[in-house]
Amino acid sequence: MCTMIAEQVEIDGSGKGRSGWFNLSHANVSYDHPFNAQLEHALNIDFVNEMEGLGTRVVVELSAEAARSLVETIQAVLDQAEPGGHLE
Amino acid sequence: MYETNIYEGMLAETVTMQGAKGDTINAYYARPLGAGPFPGMVVIHHMPGWDEWYREATRKFAHHGYAAISPNLYYRTGHGTPEDVAAQVRTEGGVPDDQVVGDLDGAMKYLRSLPYINGKVGVFGSCSGGRQAFLVACLVDGFDAVVELWGGRVVMSKDELTDNFPVAPIDYTKDLSCPILGLFGEEDQSPTPEQVSQHEQELQKHNKPYEFHMYPDAGHGFFYYDRPYYRQQQAVDGWQKIFTFLEKILSTPT
Repeated sequence: MCTMIAEQVEIDGSGKGRSGWFNLSHANVSYDHPFNAQLEHALNIDFVNEMEGLGTRVVVELSAEAARSLVETIQAVLDQAEPGGHLE
Repeated sequence: MYETNIYEGMLAETVTMQGAKGDTINAYYARPLGAGPFPGMVVIHHMPGWDEWYREATRKFAHHGYAAISPNLYYRTGHGTPEDVAAQVRTEGGVPDDQVVGDLDGAMKYLRSLPYINGKVGVFGSCSGGRQAFLVACLVDGFDAVVELWGGRVVMSKDELTDNFPVAPIDYTKDLSCPILGLFGEEDQSPTPEQVSQHEQELQKHNKPYEFHMYPDAGHGFFYYDRPYYRQQQAVDGWQKIFTFLEKILSTPT
């Protein structure tokens, strides 16, 4: 590990991995070397279910700029949904 | 120097070895065929895991006449693809230094137990493995040469120290027990050229034999042909420097 910057958060939802859909238990968020993105460091999110093995995960590796943009977009969408009473 | 009429053969396979606290872990092992004697190399995988590049690197050392072992430092996390295992280790915040040092000590002792070792053992690592190569060469007797490739976090600020990483490796410099070769890229962010300079100054301060090379137009991981920061000329030159350095120190039996 070269930055050691990693956080884990419990989440609810579903993810579609290599073996199909599964229940998500956590999102593991790090800023470290990606495996595939053409970047030295990336904002990596592993959506996982820790009870179903190491291979049960959905992965994204984002540039820092893309990650910030995604965060803003998620927040904006939730802000639109909330006044309409759509949030459960 | 290889010539085309020389017999060449290699054995490469997964083995088990004793690591930290007597744990059994697996390792990838490669050696030339023949009676030897061969110098040994401990090959420390990088943060992305015990992956194909490291199997290739282990065989590369065997191709150059070394009995080479690459312990799986992520063994205790479980098994899966190297990426899946490494992703979990990343989430866990890495592997504790004391455990890594124990595993690498075990790998060195595995090599020294073999009947065809010439009595010399080196250690090689890149990225987090570069840091760990320097660390183990400071903390464990039994290594004769260390090759550190762009070891990030050799220099650490106090707020980076944790239970798993309680001491910055640079603070162990006075205990370094063998010559060190370091290869770095000018465009690397971890370690930065400034951190490499600190590392070098500390080696000078303690009169340690070292050879550092800082490559222009190279960033982190410039040996990795499957990554965007691969730099062909720098990588070829770097491998040549590695084998020149190791041959000078490890080829003469004790």
